[in-house]
Amino acid sequence: MEKVSLRDAYGDTLVELGREDERIVVLDADLSGSTKTAKFAKVFPERFFNMGIAEINMMNVAAGLAVSGKIPFVSTFAIFGTGRAWEAVRQTICYPNLNVKIVCSHGGITVGEDGASHQALEDVAVMRSIPNMRVIVPADDIETKQVIRKVAYTEGPFYVRLSREKFPRIFDESYKFEIGKGHVLREGEDVTVISNGVMSSFALLAAEILEKEGISVEVIHMPTVKPIDVELVVKSASKTGAVVTAEEHSVVGGLGSAVAEVLVENYPVPMERLGTPDVFGLSGKGWDLLHYFKLDENGIIEKVKKVLARKK
Amino acid sequence: MIRFEPSFFLERNREIDDVTLRAIAREVRKDILKMTTAVNSGHPGGSMSAADILVTLYYYKMRHNPENPKWEKRDRFVLSKGHSSPALYSVLARTGYFPLEKLKEFRVLEGDLQGHPSMLTTPGVEISTGSLGHGIGAAVGMALALKLDRSDSRVYCMIGDGEAQEGSVWEAAMAASHYNLDNLCVILDNNNLQIDGPVDEVMSIYPTVEKWKAFGWHVIEINGHDFKEIRNALDEADTVKYKPTMIIAKTVKGKGVSFMENRAEWHGKALPPDLLREALKELGEVT
Repeated sequence: MEKVSLRDAYGDTLVELGREDERIVVLDADLSGSTKTAKFAKVFPERFFNMGIAEINMMNVAAGLAVSGKIPFVSTFAIFGTGRAWEAVRQTICYPNLNVKIVCSHGGITVGEDGASHQALEDVAVMRSIPNMRVIVPADDIETKQVIRKVAYTEGPFYVRLSREKFPRIFDESYKFEIGKGHVLREGEDVTVISNGVMSSFALLAAEILEKEGISVEVIHMPTVKPIDVELVVKSASKTGAVVTAEEHSVVGGLGSAVAEVLVENYPVPMERLGTPDVFGLSGKGWDLLHYFKLDENGIIEKVKKVLARKK
Repeated sequence: MIRFEPSFFLERNREIDDVTLRAIAREVRKDILKMTTAVNSGHPGGSMSAADILVTLYYYKMRHNPENPKWEKRDRFVLSKGHSSPALYSVLARTGYFPLEKLKEFRVLEGDLQGHPSMLTTPGVEISTGSLGHGIGAAVGMALALKLDRSDSRVYCMIGDGEAQEGSVWEAAMAASHYNLDNLCVILDNNNLQIDGPVDEVMSIYPTVEKWKAFGWHVIEINGHDFKEIRNALDEADTVKYKPTMIIAKTVKGKGVSFMENRAEWHGKALPPDLLREALKELGEVT
């Protein structure tokens, strides 16, 4: 699969949005080169605000802009946007339900060499915990573009988590993203794998390998972690009777937890969660780290076999 | 009761004398004490210190429209020290955003007047505040938006002195001067008391004038209970170019009631009914 940059897709889409709607403004915290908001800054310097290394204030300023009729996109690394600024996001953006779009790059373990301090493995969990906040983790550039367009013109706060690494492209132009809807990438009978971000490409790989072993895997890409697609999760679980989740995030509080909540409350089946265990990350090359933490097709295959053994 | 037609508030620098402002502020202080005692909850001390400034803003300075809280040409006010909500609610009610009767909903289950200001339930509240250190940043965002829209509306914001211990206040201070926000005027309610005691004992924010100047602000020092000084400072802020203005207002916590003044204990505690009666008598209420 061709590898593509989600960050670049974000930057390009911002420029398109900037052309079509004057209300679009962009804020960054001294990382515009990395988050790719610099693309917007270059074309629309008047509507770009570099807030410096001051993320809490950046969120508050975005709230002030939103309440004044602007559509602010706020970007920095995921760990700072969701960690350092969490309380500002909660108090000043989500509590008044303001129209602020937080799009953070450098989410997950694939941040790589910068190591544990910069790897956001909790961001989905903490953003998911705030009322009014919606959380989206796209898989490739095609989906990212659609996500950014959709959140720009959907009222209310959003958190969109992007990566630093290029990810394999899994969609073509026929794909249609919808907020709160999962997408069946592949139908199957024996087990359901629910994934997002880079893990959706690994889920497809794992399904191909398992098919050769006679195991039929249903693969669901779940970009919106909140609100999660309850209907699709239950429908697939009731068909296959076993579920594995896979995410580039801690197993605590992210997609796996969200799916577990849905199953326990609606249709309990054996379930396994793949993610980073409850530990901090390490320095290393992004893709090496994925394999190190078994966040790949082999990790998914292992979990599938484990859940199938429990299913019997 | 002192009443004005809603149209009275549509322009800045309205004709109103200090005697009238003082009389209104006295009513606001009575509201604050009644509201907090009624629910045995809330923050009377800092509401009392802020009252004279809020009254001057809403009755003299700000261009606003109680009949149409979202009126495009309005000036904005952000109460960053959100625990002083009783003072804000009283002023909003008395200028006509909602009936005075509604003050009974303060901190009451399903009432519209939340413990700290919520823009979703209370008309006239520009943005929800309460957690300290955030409102001033939101005010910076509003001022930036008004600049983008080439609007001549102004943004006013009040912060607490204890609040100025939050790092995000200084992040906002930096940003406001970086972006030359001369449409922003922040007032520091400097009563020098926070929950745990005197500000300079808990964590000194001084020297304030030098700090704000160093952050690129135009700084004015005033007595926050002298209406002439409050007015003059707000007028001076209008004339400052390319810089935000900080008005450091020396105030007295619990101002207006002798046994409450300069006492940290009244930061977040309501008066018991017997002391309320005494306080109201001091404020000239005939019982």
